[in-house]
Amino acid sequence: MEVLTKMHRNILYISLNGELDEKTAEYTRLALEKCMLQANAGQIVIDLANLSFMDSTGIGVLIGRYKKMKDRGIPIFISNPSVQAERIFNMTGLYKIMPKIKGAI
Amino acid sequence: MNKKIINTMSMTIPAKSENESFARAAVAAFCSSLDPTVDEISDLKTAVSEAVTNCVVHAYQKRQSNDDIITIACELAEDMLTVKISDHGVGIPDIKQAMQPFYTTVKDGERSGMGFTVMQSFMDKISVNNNEGGGTVVTMQKNFTKEAEKVSGE
Repeated sequence: MEVLTKMHRNILYISLNGELDEKTAEYTRLALEKCMLQANAGQIVIDLANLSFMDSTGIGVLIGRYKKMKDRGIPIFISNPSVQAERIFNMTGLYKIMPKIKGAI
Repeated sequence: MNKKIINTMSMTIPAKSENESFARAAVAAFCSSLDPTVDEISDLKTAVSEAVTNCVVHAYQKRQSNDDIITIACELAEDMLTVKISDHGVGIPDIKQAMQPFYTTVKDGERSGMGFTVMQSFMDKISVNNNEGGGTVVTMQKNFTKEAEKVSGE
């Protein structure tokens, strides 16, 4: 798993490259937390175009980050999910708290 | 009428999180003779990953030990795959409750409680049972699109 970031205006764009499962969850959690806290962004976009695999462990990681950023009033958006990720997001209601947006980094 | 079994595969792996990607890739590769679609393979890999995650995280409590064994047995009967993923871990006291969406026993962790729901959604059939001698057996089935349907359906 590789977590890449780019700041544009006050938006932090984060790209997850690789597979998000139990093996990579802890690293991803820490990497996301670190860049989200350092960035001082007004909004965050997590781009999943290069996420080749994700199971429901990934939902836990994303919801955990949502809770942390919600306390700071920073919204998180999701872009470019795979078909499978999209289905998991829909069945968990994730988009209600982290809406999907169009666009890429 | 019973479908004719055309291939079988069985493997055992220690319940380590690093084996999850191997396990889902191995099951996906086993089905390659059916010429599955990309979506079918992604669905299957996701469901297998959920079942193996349950073994690693819940059945064997993240011990990551070589002594904690997960058995994955696959059977191809014509266009239908059966995957049986079993462990000898702590077992599930109330299977019905465990299969409820968002149910998780992990209080302080960031777990979604959606593992079984994802398996149900991504496979055609799933059953969860107690394993003989302790632990859990998850049996999942998926029907793959026949070649003729792929051509006419697209």
